[in-house]
Amino acid sequence: MQLGFLVDLHLCMGCKGCEIACKVENEVPLSTWRLRVKYVDVGTFPETKRTFTPLRCNHCENAPCERICPVSALHYIDNGIVNIDKERCIGCAGCVMACPYGAIYIDPETQTADKCTYCAHRIASSMMPACVVACPVEANIFGDLEDPASNISRYIQDHRDVQVRKPEKGTNPHHYYVGAGQASLNPLASRREEGYNLFNNITTLPLGGHH
Amino acid sequence: MVHETLAATNAVVTLDVAIPDIFWGWYVTMNMWAKSIGTGLVFMLFLLLKKNPSEMNGLRTPVMITSFIFMNIFLVFTWLDLHQMWRMWHIFFYPHWTSAITVGAWMATLFVGLEFVMIAVMIRKEKCLLTKQPTVFFDKTLFWVTLLAIPVTLYTAGIMAEATARELWQMPTESAQMILAATLSGSAAIILLGGSKLSDETKNFFGAILGLSALMAFIIYMSEYIFGAMKAEEVAAILGYVKGDGEYATMFWIGQWVAYILPMILVALSRVSNSSSLLNLAAILAIVGLWVVKHVWLVIPQLLPMS
Ligand code: SF4
Ligand code: SF4
Repeated sequence: MQLGFLVDLHLCMGCKGCEIACKVENEVPLSTWRLRVKYVDVGTFPETKRTFTPLRCNHCENAPCERICPVSALHYIDNGIVNIDKERCIGCAGCVMACPYGAIYIDPETQTADKCTYCAHRIASSMMPACVVACPVEANIFGDLEDPASNISRYIQDHRDVQVRKPEKGTNPHHYYVGAGQASLNPLASRREEGYNLFNNITTLPLGGHH
Repeated sequence: MVHETLAATNAVVTLDVAIPDIFWGWYVTMNMWAKSIGTGLVFMLFLLLKKNPSEMNGLRTPVMITSFIFMNIFLVFTWLDLHQMWRMWHIFFYPHWTSAITVGAWMATLFVGLEFVMIAVMIRKEKCLLTKQPTVFFDKTLFWVTLLAIPVTLYTAGIMAEATARELWQMPTESAQMILAATLSGSAAIILLGGSKLSDETKNFFGAILGLSALMAFIIYMSEYIFGAMKAEEVAAILGYVKGDGEYATMFWIGQWVAYILPMILVALSRVSNSSSLLNLAAILAIVGLWVVKHVWLVIPQLLPMS
């Protein structure tokens, strides 16, 4: 079994329901996110449109975070999920430096690394991830990539514009996007202008003693 | 409304909760800097043993103690940088051997342990099992400690290479820079520590190592500065921080001048004028400048948004 995610960006309307469901389900502290929806405005006024891209851990097949973790806190489980054992983590932040997708944060409460686990605890009880359940337009499609009859496998077969983020990094993500463009997948294709972001002055909790 | 967007996509992030943050800050710079001096001193002591063993007298213990102190500074800052520092023992009891962090921690522990034994033998003047003379034991062990110093000083390049998100930290160049940082700061430190105990000829020898290390490190930095951007969009964006006119551009050039350019000039002048004070000044500048150089290169790749 190899679990994977696919987001159909044609369907996503940027409601952030998935973000909130994830926060509640996983008790993600203030100022940190396991899953977030990036908004990018594309075009020049008046010809503009807004794109939404839910970003979470890609559960890479060749995960640099797993490789760099000195204590196996980040590890694979049988269904292909890259899971994290917070009891083991020593908070070296190696994984934060290794993940090319910025998917890992240091939890300000536990002082350990954390990230999306595809809701491994829910999967273990045969439930869907919280973000999948919350999505009002079924933009999040989750399932077994190795089963050709699964929803996600059929979606991948039926669509031509299936993409992953940063394929050049060789991480082989198990997270796919349909209907994505440069602006949504490439962090360098768009500018982050001071003063134009909603959460510019975000309050962060202290991370260790040295930041 | 969208202003000043990139020509390619005309895109601007309007709602973003990514937190650009420097996770490996100056504690990690201290780690790399102190480790370079600690291992570099061992390299230089070994070279002295091979070049002129008679000048080893009176230098074995002080040089090894200085190396030991710097290795412990490196270990303390590594430890302080952990968010869960009291779980450090997990590295030894749940080691994950694909991680350069694990491998490095084990090797550094062995290295520091061997240094401790060598110092203890010299101070207590113990007759060892293998040899009757502590100095003979010291010199024989020095060979193995020098061999171990190579991976100990290089493994940080391995960590940086595994940090795949940061394009500027590339294995071939980082490993060359790590070894050059060790020979630069090690030769500088032994020039200062050796003082009048070293002959002029030996000082010139270490001066040459200092000057050549500075030259080679400078060449690599300049090559990456000029040609790095051709390789990847990310590298180009990172180099923007040192090519612009901001804080890191200034810090980058201060580092290049203090660590490399001025020491090169001073080493050359000290050879022409046979001046120890110019050589000492070159050594001090190299050690101070190395910290700045390491810090800029460590911090700037962390300023890029990853998502
Ligand atoms: S996206 Fe990042 S955190 Fe997730 S598996 Fe890949 S490297 Fe690890
Ligand atoms: S911060 Fe924790 S999970 Fe990440 S690499 Fe270090 S020990 Fe592993």
